[in-house]
Amino acid sequence: MPSEIQRDEVRRLVEGGAQLVEVLPADQYEEEHLPGATSIPLTELNRETTSRLERQRPVVVYCHDAQ
Amino acid sequence: MSPRAAWRLESLGFTRVFDYVAGKQDWFAAGLPSEGKLAGRPRAGDLAQREVPTCGLAERVGDVHERVRAAGRDACVVVNAERIVLGVLRGKAWEHDPRTAAEQAMRSGPSTFRPNVPLEEIVGYLREHEMASAWITTSDGRLVGLMPREAAERALHEAHLAGAAARATKG
Repeated sequence: MPSEIQRDEVRRLVEGGAQLVEVLPADQYEEEHLPGATSIPLTELNRETTSRLERQRPVVVYCHDAQ
Repeated sequence: MSPRAAWRLESLGFTRVFDYVAGKQDWFAAGLPSEGKLAGRPRAGDLAQREVPTCGLAERVGDVHERVRAAGRDACVVVNAERIVLGVLRGKAWEHDPRTAAEQAMRSGPSTFRPNVPLEEIVGYLREHEMASAWITTSDGRLVGLMPREAAERALHEAHLAGAAARATKG
């Protein structure tokens, strides 16, 4: 079950090597995103697009806000 | 959107999936670094003066005023131990009996802006409301500093000139 986390935990996980994934449309990612994040829009999230991620390493996903 | 993405990743075999629910809006509002086409544009947090007078709720107005004047300032932010902004002392607040606690004299809940607000936006607001400066806080209310309108206007003017020069060079 995915865990909900806050900003401080995101920073801690990323420092420890977690993979950051922005799931917003690509144009929003191109405008501005978190340092080191990868863009995989929700509509394109599948086995092929996630093949560049490592399954055993933690993954942190985010979008714009909680709305 | 991100909760669905997190569940989808689990269904794809990822074993350690975390959902940063507050998202990038929360990250940028905390003044943390970013990447992308808009990442370098000037923002309120870049121009905020970090060294501003602060005091606690129980401090006496007279003592605080003395400190503020010595620092060449005219206002003081009332904060708690976590630097969360609770109020501001300025103007008529200094007319209170010097023994009054800051809590009694302060204006509670001053307007604050996030560090990621673009300069154009904040300058427009300050002009409209005839304000000379803006308090900058993170999304959790922590004090970042004070951004003078004059400094923001100057930065915008310089950015405009730099943009014009770059366009002239290209042409």
